[in-house]
Amino acid sequence: MPFPQALREALMAAFVALMLAIPLIGFRLADTMQGLAIETRFDWVAWGVSAVFVGRLVLGLLRGRGRPLGLAIKMPALPPNASTMFALVLGVFALVLPFTPLGDRYTVELAITVLIYVMLGWGLNIVVGLAGLLDLGYVAFYAVGAYSYALFAINFGWSFWLCLPIAGVLAAMFGVMLGFPVLRLRGDYLAIVTLGFGEMIRVILLNWKEFSGGSAGLTSIPRPSFFGFPFTANPEPGQTAFHELFGLEFSPLQRIIFLYYLIFALALLTNFFTLRMRKLPIGRAWEALREDEIACRALGINPTNVKLSAFALGAMFGGFAGAFFATRQGFISPESFNFIESAVILAIVVLGGMGSQLGVVIAAAFLILIPELLRDFSQYRMIMFGFAMVLIMLWRPQGLVAHREPSIRLGAKA
Amino acid sequence: MSLLTVEHLTIRFGGLVAVDDVSFAAEDGRITAIIGPNGAGKTTVFNCLTGFYKPDVGRMCLNRDGKEFLLERMDGFRIAGQAGVARTFQNIRLFPRMTVLENLLVAQHNTLHRASFHTLAGLLGLSRYRDAEKAAVARATEWLERVGLRRAADDEAGSLPYGDQRRLEIARAMCTNPRLLCLDEPAAGLNPKESADLAALIRDIKAREKIAVLLIEHDMSVVMEISDHIVVLDHGAKIAEGNPAQIRANPAVIAAYLGTDEEDAA
Amino acid sequence: MEYFLQQLINGLTLGAIYGLIAIGYTMVYGIVGMINFAHGEIYMIGAFVSLVAFTILGTFAFASPVLAILIVLIAAIIFTSVYGWTVERIAYRPLRGSFRLAPLISAIGVSIFLQNYVHLLQGAKMKPLQPIVTGGFVMTGDGSFPVRITYLQIGIIVATVVLMAGFTLLIHKTKLGRAQRACEQDRKMAALLGVNVDRTISITFVMGAALAAVAGLIFTLYYGAVDFFIGFLAGLKAFTAAVLGGIGSLPGAMLGGLLIGLIEAFWSAHFPIAYKDVAVFGILVVVLIFRPTGLLGRPDVEKV
Repeated sequence: MPFPQALREALMAAFVALMLAIPLIGFRLADTMQGLAIETRFDWVAWGVSAVFVGRLVLGLLRGRGRPLGLAIKMPALPPNASTMFALVLGVFALVLPFTPLGDRYTVELAITVLIYVMLGWGLNIVVGLAGLLDLGYVAFYAVGAYSYALFAINFGWSFWLCLPIAGVLAAMFGVMLGFPVLRLRGDYLAIVTLGFGEMIRVILLNWKEFSGGSAGLTSIPRPSFFGFPFTANPEPGQTAFHELFGLEFSPLQRIIFLYYLIFALALLTNFFTLRMRKLPIGRAWEALREDEIACRALGINPTNVKLSAFALGAMFGGFAGAFFATRQGFISPESFNFIESAVILAIVVLGGMGSQLGVVIAAAFLILIPELLRDFSQYRMIMFGFAMVLIMLWRPQGLVAHREPSIRLGAKA
Repeated sequence: MSLLTVEHLTIRFGGLVAVDDVSFAAEDGRITAIIGPNGAGKTTVFNCLTGFYKPDVGRMCLNRDGKEFLLERMDGFRIAGQAGVARTFQNIRLFPRMTVLENLLVAQHNTLHRASFHTLAGLLGLSRYRDAEKAAVARATEWLERVGLRRAADDEAGSLPYGDQRRLEIARAMCTNPRLLCLDEPAAGLNPKESADLAALIRDIKAREKIAVLLIEHDMSVVMEISDHIVVLDHGAKIAEGNPAQIRANPAVIAAYLGTDEEDAA
Repeated sequence: MEYFLQQLINGLTLGAIYGLIAIGYTMVYGIVGMINFAHGEIYMIGAFVSLVAFTILGTFAFASPVLAILIVLIAAIIFTSVYGWTVERIAYRPLRGSFRLAPLISAIGVSIFLQNYVHLLQGAKMKPLQPIVTGGFVMTGDGSFPVRITYLQIGIIVATVVLMAGFTLLIHKTKLGRAQRACEQDRKMAALLGVNVDRTISITFVMGAALAAVAGLIFTLYYGAVDFFIGFLAGLKAFTAAVLGGIGSLPGAMLGGLLIGLIEAFWSAHFPIAYKDVAVFGILVVVLIFRPTGLLGRPDVEKV
């Protein structure tokens, strides 16, 4: 780009930056005894505007004409079986992680969080990625799962393994209840209704104190045991603790590792289930529905049933994940189930590349690790998170893994 | 008794009468063409038959193996699934990101879904479902060979050339095992060679499957060559009906296509 | 009856705010077919800019409230519009033409970014503002329950009606409005006919931001307190309003906004206030079940 043009564009950008910066960066509202007072930070404005000017100028000179941001980095085209190999490596890595030198308490806890989001991502992938239904309130099903486990475990003392399917079924029932009236709505109408539904569930949990404990949430949710053998240093008389069963030293890490494998198994179950479903008529119907609903109807497929099944199954896995979340935390409150959670899960699916199972893993690791890496700058965490979401989307609008593997192949023999 | 009997079909959009008191019939083993100038209401008739629109007046009765289906009372997907009416679209509607073979398997969804015992048998990998899937793939392969797309089976449907997409859409419709096949301008956008192949394909379907074919088409060489019966619509109303020779000689038809003196004067 | 009237006035005021924000949603949806999730934050920024401007004027001991409001209005519209324009330019325009959910995710990212941007720069605390417009009069006074309407409420309702009328004129009578409607129908064709599509879309975002700025100013004046989180719920409600009224329809957005304001006001008066959001979404679901395209949305004839 010739210098005068680059200069003009840089000046333009600097002017816009100035306009953006003046009201909110240039002035700061400060509380004083006399009410609000104003402080100025024009030096910040000057720095910011200069940075934009120089940045734009350099960018303009470096690049020819083109997109507004230098984001045209191309991902190398991968060989077709690379993703399978990569998935396998990831799987083996996840399997041995707790026993590698990396597997300290902090890392395993973090890995559990990532796996929860992987599972949620895989669950939502059925709804959004495969069936193409825009669900902005997925967290509601997560909440239903978490609260069902917590309430059954606290009030009736039911075990995790009994509550897990119940949580899944209840979440699926909520999915059907919500889906039945609204699934005939088209794309974006569905989005707002699911979003509203998510908020409704949260508001109810927040205010129905007798039922859900309100904003204080539910505490002392039973922690999981190893099929009846608790993870405690001093088991009650008559009980055998996990470390006694295997003749180990007691360590708090044991429970964490158990939780890790639990969520790993649950996530894998979600994955294999989805992969299997993709090869079945219902799975193909989901994808067909995403591609063209009208053509589906002309082929005799009942769109409502197909959508409902995707919605219910997606919800069910959300419910499973919720039950796990509750037993892991031992404490839940409505705060854990706000819209941002839904947004993050949706972002995982879309950033991953709609419908790609591997993409979900990569995107979940990305989105959970970014804020984690920034934990020393905790006040900048969310702002960086939002920024990263925009950047990744601009960089790869079709998602990280855009490749779609056919559910069946005929082979090339003519 | 005819396979399909349409009586007094009338559809209004606001003040516009898109289809005005149209009656016709379609028979097994025969190709019935619906022709007429642009905007005559042909596609609207199709949309009615396949349940996308509900007619304001009229009866559409499909008589299949002694069972009567009143199409105007059925949901679109039931018309396709139970009455056995399959269709193609003027602006091709494939599942573009799925492969050619997958497109054909989706078309056999209802059969396969039942065989998978609503997914359960499929999940468990029971032989009952595996056999059904094998049969479905065999049926799909057979149709791929008939439309000459066997080698493209694993390609994304959206990546096929236009003419191939048209034939794939017909193969997909046929995979639903229909009794009535509705083709909406199948020759649109095809070159003369492709049109001729298409005409051969449609005739082959008629001869071997013994089903009724309803055809909307602007390419008169195709229509005149393969139709057994022709219904002419103009401004939503039926103006003529008969075999190709009769239609060619019908002054009302010629007037509709070329305009009449009165219209020129007006 | 008096009670009813009072709730009606309160509901209309609240509904005016929702309606103004909803127009931004509906216009953007109409023209680019995306849910501009960051629009609620634009409104929040409008409220903050207003607050900053009021505080600056306050330090100069500005005497005339009417003049002050006018100055703040102009400042809020200008600065907020720049935010609206920039968001579209950076986060949405490069994604135009890519698949449907990409801009939505980008918008959610922008929304999270802007919320925390204001949080970082201005702090988390609720910022109070001294009342600027005070006074009002009693409409009916049988003594037992006087129905009060404040000057501010009158001003809000009048301003909203004027803006609404102006906008309808703009869309239906001007060249710009024609370009917008053309882009809405068929962007490619509009471009072929010489409409500058990029600019038209930019202007649409700017107009939406300007209205959100007005809504932000009204909020600041009416409630007298602003924090960085007000955008989320207001945005959600306004979007609900847009859908309720029929997305893509300007009068629909306004009607939806008013309805939601009224529902909230009446619900809060008679039922547990905590559940008012549940009521709003519940009514949305019921309306959509019976009218899938919203109250004033065009009936949705499927193109087959």
